[in-house]
Amino acid sequence: MLSRTASNLYWMARYMERMENTARILDVTYRMSLMPQSAQFADQEWFAPLNITGTLYPFTGRYSQVHAREVMVFMALDPNNPSSILSCAKAARENARAVRGSVTSEMWEVINSTWLEIQHVTEERFSNDGALVFFDWVKERSHLFRGVTVGTALKDESFHFNRLGTFLERADNTARILDVKYHVLLPSLQDVGGAVDYYQWSAVLRSVSAFDAYRKVYRDVITPVKVAELLTLHHSMPRSLHACMAEAYEIFKTISTPYSGEAVRRAGELYAALQFGRIDVIFSNGLHEYLTAFLDRLGELGSEINRSFFNVSYA
Amino acid sequence: MAVAIPVIRGRPMSFDSYYNEMYLADGGVRTHYRPLADWISGTPPDRIDQMRQAAQVLFHRVGITFAVYGEEAGAERLIPFDMLPHIIPAPEWRDIAKGLRQRAKALNAFLHDIYHEREILRAGKIPTDRVLQNKQYRPEMVGIDVPGGIYAHVAGIDLVRAGAGEYYVLEDNLRTPSGVSYMLENRKMMMRLVPELFARQSIAPVEHYPDMLLDNLRSVAPNGVENPTVVVLTPGQYNSAYFEHAFLAQQMGIELVEGADLFIKDDTVYMRTTAGPQRVDVIYRRIDDDFLDPQAFRPDSMLGVPGLVNAYRKGRVTLANAVGTGVADDKSIYPYVPEMIRFYLGEEPLLNNVPTYQLRLKEDLAYTLAHLEELVVKEVHGSGGYGMLIGPSSTEREREAYRQRILDAPDKFIAQPTLSLSTCPIFVEKGIAPRHIDLRPFVLSGRDVMMVPGGLTRVALREGSLVVNSSQGGGTKDTWIVET
Repeated sequence: MLSRTASNLYWMARYMERMENTARILDVTYRMSLMPQSAQFADQEWFAPLNITGTLYPFTGRYSQVHAREVMVFMALDPNNPSSILSCAKAARENARAVRGSVTSEMWEVINSTWLEIQHVTEERFSNDGALVFFDWVKERSHLFRGVTVGTALKDESFHFNRLGTFLERADNTARILDVKYHVLLPSLQDVGGAVDYYQWSAVLRSVSAFDAYRKVYRDVITPVKVAELLTLHHSMPRSLHACMAEAYEIFKTISTPYSGEAVRRAGELYAALQFGRIDVIFSNGLHEYLTAFLDRLGELGSEINRSFFNVSYA
Repeated sequence: MAVAIPVIRGRPMSFDSYYNEMYLADGGVRTHYRPLADWISGTPPDRIDQMRQAAQVLFHRVGITFAVYGEEAGAERLIPFDMLPHIIPAPEWRDIAKGLRQRAKALNAFLHDIYHEREILRAGKIPTDRVLQNKQYRPEMVGIDVPGGIYAHVAGIDLVRAGAGEYYVLEDNLRTPSGVSYMLENRKMMMRLVPELFARQSIAPVEHYPDMLLDNLRSVAPNGVENPTVVVLTPGQYNSAYFEHAFLAQQMGIELVEGADLFIKDDTVYMRTTAGPQRVDVIYRRIDDDFLDPQAFRPDSMLGVPGLVNAYRKGRVTLANAVGTGVADDKSIYPYVPEMIRFYLGEEPLLNNVPTYQLRLKEDLAYTLAHLEELVVKEVHGSGGYGMLIGPSSTEREREAYRQRILDAPDKFIAQPTLSLSTCPIFVEKGIAPRHIDLRPFVLSGRDVMMVPGGLTRVALREGSLVVNSSQGGGTKDTWIVET
């Protein structure tokens, strides 16, 4: 298929997934902020979404203080914030529009109407319970997009590049959520395994829809080590790094070309490390270090995809 | 040498009342509109309102929009859609179709001729300088043989009706005519809104247009190519007709490419794919000649493919439409199309040409200046309804300003009598009201000349307006060819 088309489909899916994950992060932060706690700690919470998306500096350049409402507006509706939900919806639509011939009309309609509707959302939505309704809506749009993709698209190369975008973006986001929460909740390594705030960790699980899954898998109280294990190494948890890379690696094997050897190798390497990894080893070397290294390698894989598929230089 | 100039002298054509497509002068309904009239009178007005609103929402959601030049960058608008169809009885359409085929054949023959033997010029039927000095004439095409001798693979021939069975060709669009996606989407919408009307009568289908177009494009592949790869070339998503480019590529199941997706190696066109370079044989291009290849035409074009025209001239790739078709749809050549039909086909034209005054001719200029308030004056190279003077609806001041423009460069203008375009009812705030319409059938030329029945009906939404162009506030309607 056309390299440009493959690239547009991949980024269309990444932006839809990013939009959903930003909504998840804001949703869980908002819920946590409703818990009884000091006002100072409540504001502290709102650094997390900015850290996760790497937008703390642009934010502090615009606002003097980190407050709930400002962060929500900045991350949901700010057209100048490239990772805001609004910007993601717009970028997804622009990518889809560039390849309208390669997406089904149902897929296009989901992406287009998401963009049309989000433009009517105003800041006032974040003053009351409207925020939660909005986050649910964003998640539903993303679910709808994936459902329509799987339910209507031909399983050809277009489909594979679309899905590749979904899983790589999801792996990236899960790693970020876990990393930042880990830092907020565990200021020092000695606290690992110690008394932790049940609500905080359950909120992390809820942010990736893994609370019920945790109960089923472990039938145990919530501990940070098990939460981390579920979100990194557990193969059947759909938002875990392992599950995402398993999907991605399968796709790589299908779309491989004479130009893509290195991309496939890197994906396989990442997948194998997750398949054979052990959580105690990860913790003894440091979860933060592990996740940082994972994100770096995921970024390198992204560059390699660019070289292998989107900007192939023909000999 | 005397050259036949098909103009009529004296009073321009005029009609006391406009021909209404649906109603007779006594208020009765024409036979072929009766099922529709029954449906309207049998449907509660608020239900019709609901349907009209549903149509708007659906068009927006599907993204059937066009970009408007001169407005905020990236602005997209819906082309207003009117639910009342333009209905033509099938026997009448069959006559129109014959005329369209004849016209398309003659125009293709003309294009081949002027880039080869120039017999029509040597026979003195058309003044040589009108052709060879024309800005749209491409010397690059002289002596080049294109597959099947076809230049205008897709022609949008705009028709208006002045009276019963009296159709005029307003203009021939032979470069990159657009609008066919609206024809198809309008039909889809109507079948969704009023399926009962389709069940009640025999309305000719148009849905196979994309298949017909693909078949047509494949039939003009370069010699020796067995299974040609066809692509649609678009200027990109900010072009006003981008929706249509994407739509057609999708409907034909072929790639939609931009200039940067293509490259030339050894005079062969390739597209960049994830699996390496893939050869391209036929390009349905929706980019104007000027922007096609920075090496051949405008060097500042970012939209084109360097080296494309060279590969084309060597017969390694087919461009549809061909380079240099603009000379045949130029308004200064238009008056000679009937002469082309007689010259190449030995037939009398079946469709009328609108009588045209060529202001480079002294006599025509004098007549036009004396009758500005009755005439429509157009720029020879203009399109899209821009830069026109519509005499009857103009002010004294506008006429004076235009008079000056004409006097500065008379050869840049033509004038035509104000045709009384027929009207067709549309839904307005309260009930229905007549508005002027025209019809653009899409004529495909390749191995054969083909078309789907009907075309795109455009409607001037403002009361009394004669301008139907979408860029000027026109709307569209579905067109039904009905067996009676």
